Amino acid sequence: MKRYSIFAVAREAARYHTGWDRAWASPEPKKKYDAIIIGAGGHGLATAYYLGKNHGIKNVAILEKGWLGGGNTGRNTTIIRSNYLQDPSAAIYEKSRSLYETMSQDLNYNVMFSPRGVIMLAQTEHEVRGYLRTAHANAQQGVATEFIGPEQVKKLVPIINIHGPRYPVLGGLWQARGGTARHDAVAWGYARACSDMGMDVIQKCEVTGVRRENGRVVGVDTTKGAIDCDKLGIVVAGHTSDLAEMAGFRLPIESVALQALVSEPIKPCMDVVVMANTVHGYMSQSDKGEMVIGGGTDGFNNYTQRGSFHHIEETVRALVETFPMISRLKMLRQWGGIVDMTGDRSPILSKTPVDGVFVNCGWGTGGFKAIPGSGWAMAELMAKGQSPLTDEFSMWRFREGKFIDESVAAGVAH
Amino acid sequence: MSTRIQTGGRLIDRTKSVTFKFNGRKLQGYAGDTLASALLANDQMLVGRSFKYHRPRGVVASGAEEPNALVNMGEGAFFEPNQRATTTEVFDGLTATSQNHWPTLEFDVGAINTYLSRFLPAGFYYKMFMYPRAFWKHVYEPFIRQSAGLGKAPKQKDGSDYEHFYAFYDVVVIGGGIAGLQAAKTAAAAGAKVLVMEQTADWGGRAVVDGAEIDGASADAFVAATVAELQAMDNVTLKTRMMGAGVYDHGYLLGYERVSDHDPSLAGPRHRLWRIRTAQIISATGAIERPLSFAGNDIPGVLLASAVRDYLVNWGVSIGERTIVVTNNDDAYRTAIALKQAGLSVPMILDARKSGGGALAQQARDMGIRVENGKAIAKVHGGKRVTAVSICDQAGEGVVLDTIGCDAVAMSGGWSPVVHLYSHCGGKLNWDAEQVMFRPDLTRMPTNQNGQGFVMPAGTANGEMSTAATLADATARALDVVAALGKSAPTLTAPTAASEDAAAIEPVWMMPQGANIKLRMKSWLDYQNDVKVSDVQLAAREGYESVEHTKRYTTLGMATDQGKLSNINGLATLSGALNADIPQVGTTTFRPPYTPISLASIAGSARDEVFQPIRKTPMQDWHMANGADFEPVGHWRRPYCFPRAGETKAQAVEREILQTRKSLGLLDASTLGKIIVKGPDAGKFMDMLYTNMMSTLKVGKCRYGLMCSENGFLSDDGVVARIDENTFLCHTTTGGADRIHAHMEEWLQTEWWDWKVYTANVTEQFAQVAVVGPNARKVLEKLGGMDVSKEALGFMEWADGTLGGFDARVYRISFSGELSYEIAVPASQGRVFWDALLAAGAEFNVMPYGTEALHVMRAEKGFIMIGDETDGTIIPQDLGLNWAISKKKEDYIGKRAQERTFMVDSKRWKLVGLETTDGSVIPDGAYAVGEGVNANGQRNMIGRVTSTYYSPTLGRGIAMGLVLDGPDRMGETIEFPKVDGGSITAKIVDQVFYDKEGTKQDV
Ligand SMILES: Cc1cc2nc3c(=O)[nH]c(=O)nc-3n(C[C@H](O)[C@H](O)[C@H](O)COP(=O)(O)OP(=O)(O)OC[C@H]3O[C@@H](n4cnc5c(N)ncnc54)[C@H](O)[C@@H]3O)c2cc1C
Repeated sequence: MKRYSIFAVAREAARYHTGWDRAWASPEPKKKYDAIIIGAGGHGLATAYYLGKNHGIKNVAILEKGWLGGGNTGRNTTIIRSNYLQDPSAAIYEKSRSLYETMSQDLNYNVMFSPRGVIMLAQTEHEVRGYLRTAHANAQQGVATEFIGPEQVKKLVPIINIHGPRYPVLGGLWQARGGTARHDAVAWGYARACSDMGMDVIQKCEVTGVRRENGRVVGVDTTKGAIDCDKLGIVVAGHTSDLAEMAGFRLPIESVALQALVSEPIKPCMDVVVMANTVHGYMSQSDKGEMVIGGGTDGFNNYTQRGSFHHIEETVRALVETFPMISRLKMLRQWGGIVDMTGDRSPILSKTPVDGVFVNCGWGTGGFKAIPGSGWAMAELMAKGQSPLTDEFSMWRFREGKFIDESVAAGVAH
Repeated sequence: MSTRIQTGGRLIDRTKSVTFKFNGRKLQGYAGDTLASALLANDQMLVGRSFKYHRPRGVVASGAEEPNALVNMGEGAFFEPNQRATTTEVFDGLTATSQNHWPTLEFDVGAINTYLSRFLPAGFYYKMFMYPRAFWKHVYEPFIRQSAGLGKAPKQKDGSDYEHFYAFYDVVVIGGGIAGLQAAKTAAAAGAKVLVMEQTADWGGRAVVDGAEIDGASADAFVAATVAELQAMDNVTLKTRMMGAGVYDHGYLLGYERVSDHDPSLAGPRHRLWRIRTAQIISATGAIERPLSFAGNDIPGVLLASAVRDYLVNWGVSIGERTIVVTNNDDAYRTAIALKQAGLSVPMILDARKSGGGALAQQARDMGIRVENGKAIAKVHGGKRVTAVSICDQAGEGVVLDTIGCDAVAMSGGWSPVVHLYSHCGGKLNWDAEQVMFRPDLTRMPTNQNGQGFVMPAGTANGEMSTAATLADATARALDVVAALGKSAPTLTAPTAASEDAAAIEPVWMMPQGANIKLRMKSWLDYQNDVKVSDVQLAAREGYESVEHTKRYTTLGMATDQGKLSNINGLATLSGALNADIPQVGTTTFRPPYTPISLASIAGSARDEVFQPIRKTPMQDWHMANGADFEPVGHWRRPYCFPRAGETKAQAVEREILQTRKSLGLLDASTLGKIIVKGPDAGKFMDMLYTNMMSTLKVGKCRYGLMCSENGFLSDDGVVARIDENTFLCHTTTGGADRIHAHMEEWLQTEWWDWKVYTANVTEQFAQVAVVGPNARKVLEKLGGMDVSKEALGFMEWADGTLGGFDARVYRISFSGELSYEIAVPASQGRVFWDALLAAGAEFNVMPYGTEALHVMRAEKGFIMIGDETDGTIIPQDLGLNWAISKKKEDYIGKRAQERTFMVDSKRWKLVGLETTDGSVIPDGAYAVGEGVNANGQRNMIGRVTSTYYSPTLGRGIAMGLVLDGPDRMGETIEFPKVDGGSITAKIVDQVFYDKEGTKQDV
């Protein structure tokens, strides 16, 4: 693989950029792999990457029914933070956040991780108490967060209205090393690194069946034919229920649309990410200058990748109230993604009733931030059969009632 | 130069001039001008700078597809960035400034990027800026952000108003060109209720500019007659300045009406967002012309051929004195002919097709225009303005044959039907190789809830390019829609137009065909985002082969025009690079809105005080008048406390508590949820809802009850009163009322639909006041009217009667530990009743108190609070509430869940009281730590505080918390680290701190 650097760019400029290699190869599937990962979203690609990098398992294929990164990985609002309340969540999200810190260098692909800071606003007394609780928990979990007062919020976000007549800002939970990254670049960077390790990233290859013998996986059927494998990782977010069905088990996953929108680009006016959970909307400004906005999920299950407009209205209303100066900006584009929601809104990283089949899903509305950490943990689980990062996230927790509920801290989980 | 010519301009009124400002310069235009036409009339060709390279940018189009002419508009509270000059009507006093340059539009330092462009191809930023690591946040990113963005950020709150309309139609026609009008007429004649919307201020669309003939008369005449006809019909609504913004499932359509953008002096809202449900949509949105890809096609003065014609015919503006026309189809000849007819010079028409054009080409030749077939532009010369064009063979590699001076270029690469609205909800397209365009596939239309197509493209939007075919198609498609509505076809004579003898378009995606890399690096696809042919080819070479990858890697089509000009050209370039067919490569997804709509219009009138519905108790005015400090609780605002002059909030809370405990306090408890459950099966239903046995509750009695979710977690609590054999009144928490009511309804409607029970949320029917404190009874006796003695109305009983002449329902319940009555009166009487209590209580120094005093008093008493002791993960058993869980019942919601292994685990944290050893207050949210760390290196935790307050009654900090093995560790101490270092030690104690025996409430 040709390394990317400013010198490489300069060298290529001299020959009009005709000498760049493909970022990833486009191979046909082999007959058999040690491990197959279904789904070339961020989580699937990261799982493959760490299988190779940390565990030396490189005879791996990543099968993608569409184009890599085309699911929620390429549709999200890219908020990265780890100020989660519950121990297992804080552990995996902080692992993930710390991997983001060095991802560009690790992958030699600039994913533009921007630790610009994330504020979660407290706008009710109840929310204040919730975030104080999170701040205390985070202190014990090794996650650097801080509860700040309204004046400090205003200083970090000059465009905010902290004296709104309905929900004045009472403070906020501030994570200075939270931020954003370029979502496509995360998928592309991993794909390039996987391809470079000799793994096969196979696009337009939909898995249509999971082949088993004696309770053990032996391969998959795909639109490009049957492929054998020893281990199978199902990492397909909103389509997990379909894949689980092919493998013969059921998961407590519901698929709903989550929408986002961007404004037209303007010159920089907001340097941090702000989440306002009481009024229900969040916003950041992309490097291009667009205000990136998200909100709530639809109240019904579907697969359309479209959502209902009243959610857009609710979100925009909340943000116009919180940031009055955005009122005259215009909505440029809206879109939706299908997110995979579990009963407790926490992910599943787990063995399954089928030997050799592992599942990684349920990241719902907030899994972009988890991509490297989830890949790291899932790879360990697949390679060794156990990982401290995944222990609490097993699919059997629902049977035991051992939920990992983050909504507790008044949080939505983007 | 561009200028206003002496004659012509169908849309302007030369008798009404308007004055406006651009970059501080005062300019004149006419009523009917767009900002773009007015700027061009003043020779202001340069209007902005591009996003990446800060290249000079001029107007290229004349409508919604314009990528370049974006300006900052207005000032102060009316300032708005990125306003499209081509769709902005000028008015007297308009001010605009150009964007994305420093220091000036003419001299922009950022233009250095254009010289560096060779080092900044598509995706360059993915390959560099990685070292040193900290530089991304502190150096590279700030720099990139500063040079990106377009318009300036507004500084002030919006000074305009906005509103929503809700409307219902059988058919909505989008587009007021000849197809839309003809389709509307057809649908309306069949009796359908029709709305026709046109995004511009004028009817007629393209045909009126092109001088088409319909039924032997001018298109103008046809349009005027049809509009008049439609206006006369009761079942038709006509709207100009209204854009179809988005199509959503189930026939939901957004109409974006710009009510006063064209004249801010008009009263009323600025924008109105129409939220429409319609059975059928006819998308008669026409087509957009495509640019051609040749070197220098972004230099100001290069415009779409149709735009050149529009400026001439509609606004009497000539773009240049010498215009070279370059095309791959016949339509652009119309521009040459129109220019020539207006007395302007057209040195040459370059027709890339070897065999040239049809009848229009002949007409041009006959007028003496030089037409060169098989020729192309090798390169446009000029910096901030076109100065000349070098020509070459289209089939070659760009060997220059000649260079001709000119100051404008009119280009046409063919037309793309506007399929956006058709596609928003899943409509599919076919590639029409003959006409070189994507057009709707009517067998794969977007479908509604019945599986029936509901967005019908018509006319040019459906791929029909001639006037005759457009009119015929509009009629036919409208008849399809009429049939889909189940209405019978009207009898109408369809209008006719002469057929045209046009030569076929030929695909030309690169000009010249064999252009070398240097030329391709100067051939723009996306003008705003600076994406060139070479960028798309680079993306393909690097493996970004999916059209979505290419789009994202190069940013093609992601600018504010959403690729209206660039998408198809980019796609064709990509398919060329991949050696694949265009349909195989496919399009990117079309997303709403069609063009950007203001966020304000989406928010509507919901701002400030009315941002959300406000719920007010009948006593709210008194609270406001008496200095209440409010906190939001759901849509309510409840007094947190009532600080007096010179008092802090903490002091006010302390005073309220002490006086209530000593004598008499009043709480406005009207916000508490009150839900009636009624019917023969009410008892059975109540037993399922609550963990307690409610069916055995006696009429006249009250019982404290717990409700759990299906997962067993405690979700709400409150006092239930049995009103009569068939009726219960359930009190819920303030925040829980609506949720619990919905929860009840969900069970009744989905599971127990055959039970004879009704529920009604009567929260707002009653005003409720808690009269609390040792003097509570006295004050009620003073009011008189009913017996409130201990004997007549015992603890946990209720009675109806009158108090001081008010109809009242009196509950003897207590959340403070004091003697306490909660009195409900009809909401209409709430305020006077409150006043009466204040008057009667004056001698006891009655003290209204707020939510914080309420919280502290209940904590002193060891009562749990939903949302504090519970958080959605807590079961009643954790809180020592086993006494409230009936053992006699077979089932209740949550029972099975509470039997799961983790729920019966003895290691669940349990509720206890906590007393700090030094009397201080444990910080909110603190956790107690144990020994060591867990497998992930996190400190092991053994408990957490759930409620923590300074207790004025006890003069010390008190708290409740959930602690591992808590109830078995009474008297032991545990550590609560603080976030800022240090820790607090607390002793585990009983959670009831005040009046453990409960003697005070039961007197
Ligand atoms: C609007 C929106 C905003 C969001 N905002 C944030 C945010 O701000 N921060 C944050 O942390 N998270 C956010 N998220 C969530 C985040 O995007 C997801 O949790 C995360 O991207 C999931 O990644 P993934 O790799 O699991 O899934 P995906 O990226 O969806 O990848 C799954 C892949 O599996 C493929 N697949 C499915 N079925 C098959 C099959 N049969 N065969 C082969 N391949 C198959 C799919 O095509 C897809 O590419 C947001 C999500 C949305 C929709």
